Amino acid sequence: MSRRVRLVVFLIGGGAVAALLAIAFLSMPHFGRSEHLYRDLAVPAAVKHVTANVVSSVNFDQRGMDTFGEETILIASVVGTAALLRPAKEETERRVPDTGRTLGATRLVGYLMLPVSLVIGLDVVLHGHVTPGGGFQGGVVLATGLHLLYVSGSYPALDRLRPLELFDIVDGVGAATFAAVGLAGIAFAGSFLANVVSFGTFGALFSAGTVPILNVAVGMEVFAGIVAILAKFLDQDITVVKEGDQ
Amino acid sequence: MNVYAYFVAGWLLIVGGYGIVRSRHMVHAIVSLAVAQAGTYVLLLAVGYQNNVTAPVFGSTEKPTKQVVDPVVQAMTLTDIVVSATVTALLLALAVQVNKRQGTVDPDELAALEG
Repeated sequence: MSRRVRLVVFLIGGGAVAALLAIAFLSMPHFGRSEHLYRDLAVPAAVKHVTANVVSSVNFDQRGMDTFGEETILIASVVGTAALLRPAKEETERRVPDTGRTLGATRLVGYLMLPVSLVIGLDVVLHGHVTPGGGFQGGVVLATGLHLLYVSGSYPALDRLRPLELFDIVDGVGAATFAAVGLAGIAFAGSFLANVVSFGTFGALFSAGTVPILNVAVGMEVFAGIVAILAKFLDQDITVVKEGDQ
Repeated sequence: MNVYAYFVAGWLLIVGGYGIVRSRHMVHAIVSLAVAQAGTYVLLLAVGYQNNVTAPVFGSTEKPTKQVVDPVVQAMTLTDIVVSATVTALLLALAVQVNKRQGTVDPDELAALEG
């Protein structure tokens, strides 16, 4: 299909989709209205389970099963990326020399921000049930924070402080913890992911039942998963070379 | 004004699709897909928005109230973002592989794919 034909097909199809969307949008409930049926059901359910962050309650309590699926998608993507980006037959991995060509200012800011971002990441994971945040968000902060080492230092520095075998294990342990909490729900409370621990006091660190445990499990998995994915991409650019291209 | 946010969502979807169709570079196509997906975030959040109320997160001293924006669509947006991130990672890995095997990242030059 030539570019011109493809564009014409898109203009017809895209135009039809745009028209249908416009018709749908014009008859949708008004933006900013005060009737929200799901909200009216989700907020009391979260308060009943002593969860201050209703979004976390929806994700890890009311829709816990869906989040388990979502977490599995993430693992599948890590495995898929690793399989696609493994060095091919004609490629070898080389050791990269320690090339120090970073600006002093970049290095300074990087090393100052590294501990700060790691602490913020931990805070976002651990307080995900009482303040905005959670395992997914905190895990991403931790994973990207760790890569400040690469931006401000060098690849070998990142490589030394990031034992990938360990991260693979953390990834699996995170997912297994989620499944174990779900199975504990079956064993002690009658259904998958049902709450099995005490609810605690509203807004306290120890509250919301299993939500903080699941947050930590997801945080571990996202942290390890993103680090593993980024490592594969970095390796492609830095350490993997075709034989004969040395 | 009442439907403005919905149309932003629709526009992002269409413009992302246009980007994919016009793409001459696979990474560009993948980023265009991410733009199209961003339309779904805007739509979900717009559906759950309510004027003059706060986020669905209560402190330890604040009394929980139903006057907050819809937390359910916010949770779905989170799921949406995670799915988008995983899809992007897989597609980028595929693009790296295609570049290795075919020596090009222009989707048009891949027209005569082997096998």
